[in-house]
Amino acid sequence: MKALSQKRRHPLAAIALLLMGLLVTGGLYAVATTVNQAKADTTAFSASDAQEGGKLFAANCATCHGMGASGSKDGPSLVGVGAAAVDFQVGTGRMPMQMNGPQAQEKPRQFNDQQTQQLAAYVASLGAGPAIPDAALLDENGDAAKGGELFRVNCAMCHNAAAAGGALTRGKFAPALAGVSGQHIYEAMATGPQNMPVFNDANISPEGKRDIITFLKKIEANGSPGGADLGALGPVSEGLFVWVAGLGVIIAFTIWLTSRTS
Amino acid sequence: MSASSTAEVPFVPTSKVGRITDFVDERVGGSGILREFGRKVFPDHWSFMFGEVALYSFVILLMSGTFLTFFFDPSMAETHYSGSYTPLTNVEMSVAYSSSLNISFDIRGGLFFRQVHHWAALLFVASLGVHMLRVFFTGAFRKPREMNWVVGGVLLILAMAEGFTGYSLPDDLLSGNGLRIIDGVIKSIPVIGTYISFFLFGGEFPGTAIIGRLYVLHILLVPAMILLMIVIHLFMVVVHKHTQYPGPGRNDGNVVGYPLGPVYAAKAGGFFFIVFGVVALMAAMFTINPIWNYGPYDPSPVSAGTQPDWYIGFVDGALRLMPGVVNDFHLEYVIFGHVLTLNVLLPALVPAGIIFTVLFMYPWIERWITKDNREHHVLDRPRNAPTRTAIGVAGFTWYCVMWAAAGSDLIATHFHVALNDVTYWLRTLFFLGPIFAFMVTKRVALALQRKDREIALHGRETGRIVRLPHGEFIEVHAPLDDYKHYKLVGFESPVPLAAEPNEHGVVTPKEKRRAALSKWFFEDRVAPATPAELEAAHGHGHHEAIESGEEHKSLSH
Repeated sequence: MKALSQKRRHPLAAIALLLMGLLVTGGLYAVATTVNQAKADTTAFSASDAQEGGKLFAANCATCHGMGASGSKDGPSLVGVGAAAVDFQVGTGRMPMQMNGPQAQEKPRQFNDQQTQQLAAYVASLGAGPAIPDAALLDENGDAAKGGELFRVNCAMCHNAAAAGGALTRGKFAPALAGVSGQHIYEAMATGPQNMPVFNDANISPEGKRDIITFLKKIEANGSPGGADLGALGPVSEGLFVWVAGLGVIIAFTIWLTSRTS
Repeated sequence: MSASSTAEVPFVPTSKVGRITDFVDERVGGSGILREFGRKVFPDHWSFMFGEVALYSFVILLMSGTFLTFFFDPSMAETHYSGSYTPLTNVEMSVAYSSSLNISFDIRGGLFFRQVHHWAALLFVASLGVHMLRVFFTGAFRKPREMNWVVGGVLLILAMAEGFTGYSLPDDLLSGNGLRIIDGVIKSIPVIGTYISFFLFGGEFPGTAIIGRLYVLHILLVPAMILLMIVIHLFMVVVHKHTQYPGPGRNDGNVVGYPLGPVYAAKAGGFFFIVFGVVALMAAMFTINPIWNYGPYDPSPVSAGTQPDWYIGFVDGALRLMPGVVNDFHLEYVIFGHVLTLNVLLPALVPAGIIFTVLFMYPWIERWITKDNREHHVLDRPRNAPTRTAIGVAGFTWYCVMWAAAGSDLIATHFHVALNDVTYWLRTLFFLGPIFAFMVTKRVALALQRKDREIALHGRETGRIVRLPHGEFIEVHAPLDDYKHYKLVGFESPVPLAAEPNEHGVVTPKEKRRAALSKWFFEDRVAPATPAELEAAHGHGHHEAIESGEEHKSLSH
């Protein structure tokens, strides 16, 4: 304790304290955000699912989407959007929307798997639309190279070739795809949420979608062979890094080298 | 001097090593060169070392680049990838891209060397830039170093060209997108643009020739020119001797510092390894240009977040800032069947043209305005040349606005603002930023000069509050030591130079313009404290000296 109190005025004490604080908050945050990860895989809906979903819908969604999901001036009709759209929007927390804005933001989900499934069953019962994909299409055993080609041609202009995300006009954006489940990626392609275009089965076949998911999961699992990826943002983060860290360290050395004289 | 001393006493070597050394020395005259260079004096200041950083980065580039040429194949022939990076297995690509992937994944140490090469390239141009900023803001470009300033500017352009040709070689999607932008810029040049593009690419973009051509430029022509310019640059540094910051005993007739041998040579040699070490650490720990992420070049996809390396960023940013169509107004015309696309031509060439023209001409512009034809070996502190410093900061701000615009999409996504708003703000700053920066910088420089003057006259505030017997509180001011004092008073402060008649007794309009600029340049000035003022300040009634221990302190309000 004596040693500690003697060192408390050391020039590096503030930095050490700051580092400790950052590590503790970062660690707690990392623990707190990994709690919610389970995922159900049932696609067959029962009549009671749709019935329960109807009740949930009336209580949570009808304010904007209207009774019977027929739409209002605040939200579109959901007749015919299919179970996939509900599973994506509700499953990623985008719906119910927290606030109006350029696009719905991902946030901690508000409904559990069962409730999400009930809502999906209800909306699916209103009219035919894209269904939640078969598990076989999400097995991540497709052709990664082919998926990569499809991704670069169809997706990279918004989501970035390394799936790091990108900006769209007027505050809209294409999110980064790391950490998004294969099911949600598939559903996004099939239903075109927010500003994303729909890639239906005539556009990209279910096998093609499987290849894309395989590719995305593969590059995510591969990590960055060359060291820390600096956000995979390309030359901007590299330039920032060389100016701040590279030149910064070198300037520190130049000051050290010339500090003995005046 | 050296000729007279050779005939006196013939040196007879005694040891074996001595005989060999003497044999060589008698034939190449190494000792004379060493004696001359070894006594070259270099002043010590951290800001003088950026040129060295650039030089060492270039040496690292030559070494790592040579390694890469052993394995890189600049062919645009089609192949199917069969290396160990499975997400690209069997994908159709050029041999150039395939060999770049092989360097990254199948050559031992290849990825490390690629990253060393690329990080060193970014550092090379960055240290060149900082070096030029240092030279500009300290006035080191003044006579006799104007020509060397120009050589430095040429080096900057060559470094950018070298960087861009290298960036394009792997033939990945990112570099191909970059080449496409350059192709678009070239094609926007009236009349000859399409011809230049067709000659450069050997037909319609992208063709099958460009990588091979860029490769020859990248590994032969441009590095040779850089090397030549470095030789000229260093030769002139030796001829001119190094500049130094103002200080006691330093004047335009001497250089105060360490001789090259042995201290400075050891420091400089060690510094090379420090730079190499920093680059190697960056290359080992941080990925740069992950070409495997981007995939092979194909003219149809354009990835989000497509940017050039940082030193071309300002051109890309200017292109991004230029409006395409404003309401019904656009800048694309068809004249006699030729399309004139000013919305590409203007942003791509005009800002870069202005920056480099002003950069090259600045020594002569200032020389003309100030009529200062004397040699300067003592540098200006930036605050003591407020207008020059303000001009520099204004130019730098303008550059930075364009530079930031190249990352407008990332600013939008990472700060959660609308891309359109980022563009509108940067467009505004493009015009107002430099003006604002000029005014603020000039005021800050003048304020710092006033502070210097205040400290020179009244000493440093010690923070000690003393209550006098009659109840008055005063703060004790400590006088500066002579070295610090000299720095605050020993600088030139030119006054505006009125228009002078020429040999015919006529004041020409040009001379009137020069006088107006001179007034603008030197009108706002804070003169250094004169000896008389210093005397008055210390003898003044308010500044009675009191004895406190051994220290001599003066008091002031």
